[in-house]
Amino acid sequence: MNTLASNAKPTSILYLDGVSVSFDGFKALNSLSFVIEPGELRAIIGPNGAGKTTMMDIITGKTRPDAGEVFFKGTIDLTQKDEAEIAQLGIGRKFQKPTVFESHTVWDNLELALNRNRGVFSTLFYRLTADDKARIEEILSTVRLANRRDDFAANLSHGQKQWLEIGMLLAQEPELLLVDEPVAGMTDAETAETAILLKEIARTRSVVVVEHDMGFIRDLGVKVTCLAEGSVLAEGSIDFVSADQRVIENYLGR
Amino acid sequence: MITSFILKALDRNIVIVVALLLAIAALVPALNLLTSPDHPLHVPTYIVSLFGKYFTYALLALALDLVWGFCGILSLGHAAFFALGGYAMGMYLMRQIGARGSYGNPLLPDFMVFLNWKELPWFWYGFDMFWFAALMAVLVPGLLAFVFGWFAFRSRVNGVYLSIITQAMTFALLLAFFRNDMGFGGNNGLTDFKDIMGYSIQSNGTRSALFAASAIALALSLIIASGIVRSKYGKILVGVRDAESRTRFLGYRVEHMKLFAFTVSAMMAGVAGALYVPQVGIINPGEFDPANSIEVVIWTAVGGRGTLIGPIVGAILVNGGKSIFTAAFPEFWLFALGGLFVLVTLFLPKGIVGTARHFIERRKEYRKAKADEAARAFAAEPQAAE
Repeated sequence: MNTLASNAKPTSILYLDGVSVSFDGFKALNSLSFVIEPGELRAIIGPNGAGKTTMMDIITGKTRPDAGEVFFKGTIDLTQKDEAEIAQLGIGRKFQKPTVFESHTVWDNLELALNRNRGVFSTLFYRLTADDKARIEEILSTVRLANRRDDFAANLSHGQKQWLEIGMLLAQEPELLLVDEPVAGMTDAETAETAILLKEIARTRSVVVVEHDMGFIRDLGVKVTCLAEGSVLAEGSIDFVSADQRVIENYLGR
Repeated sequence: MITSFILKALDRNIVIVVALLLAIAALVPALNLLTSPDHPLHVPTYIVSLFGKYFTYALLALALDLVWGFCGILSLGHAAFFALGGYAMGMYLMRQIGARGSYGNPLLPDFMVFLNWKELPWFWYGFDMFWFAALMAVLVPGLLAFVFGWFAFRSRVNGVYLSIITQAMTFALLLAFFRNDMGFGGNNGLTDFKDIMGYSIQSNGTRSALFAASAIALALSLIIASGIVRSKYGKILVGVRDAESRTRFLGYRVEHMKLFAFTVSAMMAGVAGALYVPQVGIINPGEFDPANSIEVVIWTAVGGRGTLIGPIVGAILVNGGKSIFTAAFPEFWLFALGGLFVLVTLFLPKGIVGTARHFIERRKEYRKAKADEAARAFAAEPQAAE
């Protein structure tokens, strides 16, 4: 059952078609299909248990689907690769709970994330070059952490940890960024700032944001995909999606 | 490349400990050999051997710290690598006995003659040469760790499950080495050594040389371990310890990272075992006892996990305590050791060195805060006067 026009595949950055996976009989994803175009910023919404995190697990290689196709840049079959390989291909992932290296400084966190040779021996004899330094400085100012560079990540506030993690993803130089609930637990000011940051990032790469905060999604002003029970319920602008009767029943109305 | 690796390794604390170890390696043998027994500064030979043994334990604890302290792999089987290194050295020492054994067989060690074996098993070939035995003392533990780690880390065995299978590994080796037909002397192990590299193993000179070799091996391993943990690779190891999935999603192959640390650590443990055996004069399957590996964990925890210097301090202190305690109250040593582990876990979770570092940092911060405050008060004063 191909729900998508297959001519979307060659030009897309991410292409999911008929992806299903079940855990102990529970269908987490049920023939999920959608396409992300290069340079697109897409928001994904949906009630708890809709399969948003499972979808990210499948794209990043943590979970293998039972059925369906997952292609990156039209030709790379992601279901055949593991997490490290997919990360090296240029897909970055931000977790729901901010996950940074707490016992390293902000600077070291970014240094580790830099897109350099990741083998044992090249990291053993790695020396920080002027280019790498400049790149880290640049990211520090993008994520507004320049004055905290020597602090341990454990001592950052919740919002700053979220930004540091986004900074680490930038250092990875991905072509596609998957961001899971970036503004959960943030203040209103931080939320607005994060929306600006994500829009800035989306200028040079594709970004998929999973979020519950409708205000934040309105701030982003992008195409929205609503998931429920493991498949796509509605897709379009925020006004279009929030007017959809099934979306109201499944998600907004609750 | 190598020089920058070493320069990074040498921070102030490491330089102090390395210098101390090298000074001890020179001074103690000199005081043992060059002074007469009634001289006040004379170091008796039994002390030289005792501390030589402690240094090999310290090296084993340092090896464990590399994987446990920095990568979060709690190996409860590190004594197995130590014992394998010890057996490699023991095999060389057995072949050095030659025709001086009780049965006078120039080729076969006594236990083989006793078992009515007619020829040397293939895996004993080459052990008449010191360089070969020394190489095997490093390679065999390294290879075992590589193969074991390859399967364990690739299957993503983590945490307590990994600890249990390391324990099973050392227990399996214990049972195997107990068997006479394994060809390693069975229950009795290898002993009655005579010479090492042509020098009598009992002489003061040899004992001093072994002591110095142990101290130098410890110093070199400390530099290597410090270089590893201070490199970018070392920071990734800590990343694996604290947030394994983040490291993976950054594109690092976590299993390769763990495998390298585990293999290097096993090789260090093998060197420790090879230096241990000539100093105690025996190696038997008892060294594979799972309890031995657990003791190494206690030394490391007492000294301070993840500090490199801590495990060295811990191994020497706990074993020094053991030597004194087992002489005074032999029945109570295990209670004391268990109690020590509970106390350290409850009250000194960072160990001796970790806690000391914590206090020094806190004091520095306090002083800095006070200085800042004084400077601010000083700056504010003239305005108040106006």
